[in-house]
Amino acid sequence: MNNPNIINSIYNMRLLDEAALKTTAVHRIHPLVKLVTTLAYLVVVVSFGKYETGRLLPFLFYPVVIFAFAELPVISMLKRILIVEPLIIGIGILNPLFDRQAVMFAGVLVPGGWVAFLSIFIKCSLTVTAALLLIATTGMDKLALALRMLKVPRLFVLQLLLTYRYISVLMEEVGRSLKAYSLKAPEHKGVQRSAWGPLAGQLILRTFDRAQRVYQAMCLRGFNGEYNTGGNIRLRSADLGYLAGWVLLFISLKRYDIPLIIGSLLTGVVK
Amino acid sequence: MHMADALISPAVGGVMWAAAVGTAAYSIKKIRNEMDEKKIPLMGVMGAFVFAAQMINFTIPGTGSSGHIGGGILLAVLLGPYAAFLSMASILLIQALFFADGGLLAFGSNVFNMGFYTCFIAYPLIFRWITRKGMSSRRIITASLISVVIGLQMGSLSVVLQTLFSGKTALPFGTFLLFMQPVHLAIGIMEGLVTAAVVTFVWKARPEIIERASEGKALVGISLKKVILIIAIATVLTGGVLSWFASSNPDGLEWSMFKTAGTTELEASGEVHEAASGIQSKTAILPDYSINAPEGLENAGTSISGLVGGLMTLVLAGLTGFIISIAKRRSKKAAA
Repeated sequence: MNNPNIINSIYNMRLLDEAALKTTAVHRIHPLVKLVTTLAYLVVVVSFGKYETGRLLPFLFYPVVIFAFAELPVISMLKRILIVEPLIIGIGILNPLFDRQAVMFAGVLVPGGWVAFLSIFIKCSLTVTAALLLIATTGMDKLALALRMLKVPRLFVLQLLLTYRYISVLMEEVGRSLKAYSLKAPEHKGVQRSAWGPLAGQLILRTFDRAQRVYQAMCLRGFNGEYNTGGNIRLRSADLGYLAGWVLLFISLKRYDIPLIIGSLLTGVVK
Repeated sequence: MHMADALISPAVGGVMWAAAVGTAAYSIKKIRNEMDEKKIPLMGVMGAFVFAAQMINFTIPGTGSSGHIGGGILLAVLLGPYAAFLSMASILLIQALFFADGGLLAFGSNVFNMGFYTCFIAYPLIFRWITRKGMSSRRIITASLISVVIGLQMGSLSVVLQTLFSGKTALPFGTFLLFMQPVHLAIGIMEGLVTAAVVTFVWKARPEIIERASEGKALVGISLKKVILIIAIATVLTGGVLSWFASSNPDGLEWSMFKTAGTTELEASGEVHEAASGIQSKTAILPDYSINAPEGLENAGTSISGLVGGLMTLVLAGLTGFIISIAKRRSKKAAA
C-alpha cells in the first residue's frame, strides 16, 4: 500500500480515534453538549464581517483551552489543520486583487482585500480546528449517540457509523489494488484508461459482496434494524456548566471587542 | 468543490442546512417505505467505498495529469437516488469531521452541492432518461458523461452563489463564475468518463446490480415536486427567521468598517467602557502612547489599541494553554 493519500487518510483517522479514547475532563463532557458548543462557536466565528480581524483573535482561547485540558497531540493535529489551509488561501488570495478599497487596520489605511484575506485565513483556522477538536474529544460512536438524541433518524446514524467503520477497511483494499496495479504497470503515475473500469469496477463488485456478508453477519448477531449503544450517558450539572460557560463567553466576545478593551487599558486611549 | 466554513455566513449556511435536512428526511421516508433493512449495510459499505475510491488517481489520456471521482452519480446508479443522497451526506460529514474538508456549518451547502444536484436532478432527469429504453454500453457512456457534467456544473454554480450571498470574500460574481464553470467542466468530463467506464464494467459483469437500482423505484414527477416543495418551505422558513436575526445583528460591509475603525463598539458597551476607563488610569503600561492622534486620524488611537490588544490576546491565549498544561503535568506527577 504505497499510495500517500491513503496512508495519510488512515493515519489521520487513527490519530483522531486514539485521541478520542482519552478520559480527560473534556472527553467526559456529554457528547451532545460538545456538539452544541462547537456549533455555537462556529456560528459566532463566521458571523463576523469580512474586515473584522482583531475581533476574531479572542476565539483562539477555546481551541487553546480544549487542546490543553484534553491533552491532545498539538503538533500532529496542527499539521492536519495546515494541510487544508492552502485551499482556503487559494480562494482568499483573490481578495487583494479585487478589493482595493482602503480600510483602517492597526492605525494605517490598507487595501481592504488584504484585511479580508487575513480574516478568512483566521476564520478557516478556527473553524477547522473546532471541527477536529469535536471529533478528537468525542469520537464517532458518541457523536452518533448525540445525533440520535437530536432525533436524527437511526437509519442515517447507522449508515453513517457503517460508512465510518468501513472506510479504513476499504481504503486498505483500494490501497492493495493500487499497489498491485503499480507493480504490474511500472512508470505509470495514475491508473491508465484501459484499467479505469476493471480496477474500480472489480472493487465495486467485491464491495457489494462484502456488504452482503456484513448484513448476514449483522443478522446472525441479532440485528433488527435498531441501533444499540450499550449505555446511556446522562447529562450532569458539569455538562450544563460547560455549555453555559462557553456559550456565554462566545456571546460576550461577539458583543464586546475584547482586544480593543485590553488594548485601551494598556495604551490608555479610552476617552 | 467543498465549501468552507470560513466563506459562508450563518444565514446562507442555515438555509442550506434546512434544504439538506429536508431532502434527507424525504429520502429516509422513501427508503423506509420502499426498502428493507438490507440496504443499510449496502449504503454504509458503498459510501465507504466511494470515500476510498476518491483516492484513486485516474490518468487523463494525452495530458499527463490525473483526476479522481466525486461519486454522486456513481452512487445514484448503484443505490438509487435516495440511498445515494444519504450515503453522500455521510461521506461529507466524515470528511468535514476528520479531514476538515468543508466545514460543519457549510455541511448543508456541501450536501446540497454534491448530493442533491447529482442524485435528484442529474440522475433522474438525465441518466434515467437516456437509459429509459434499456441499458447499452453506448447509452451508459452518454448518460454518465452528461449527467456527471451537468451535476458538477450545477454544483459549482451553487458554490458561486452561496459564496456571493455570504459576502465573506470579494470575488466579483462574473469573474468567479468564469473561473469555476470551465474548471468544473474539465473535471466533469474526466469524472464522467471514469464513471462511464466503471458503470459499464459493473453492468457487463453483474447487470442485476445496476438494473435493480433503477427498476421499480422510478423517481416520477410527483416525488421530485415534493422534494422541491419541502426544500422551498424549509428555505423560506429558515431564511425568514435567519434574516430577521441577521438584521438585528447586521454584519454587512458598512457595519464592519465601523467595527474596524472601532468607533461604535466602546460606545455600545457603556458599562464595560466606564469600568475600563476607571481601571486604565491605574494599569496603563503605555499611558501616553498615541493619545493625541493627529487630526483626520482620530481612529488611529483606537486602531493601535486594537493592535496592542490583539497581540495581548494572542499572548494571553498562549499563556493560558501553557499554564493549563503545566498544571496538568504537575497534578499527574503528584498523583504518581
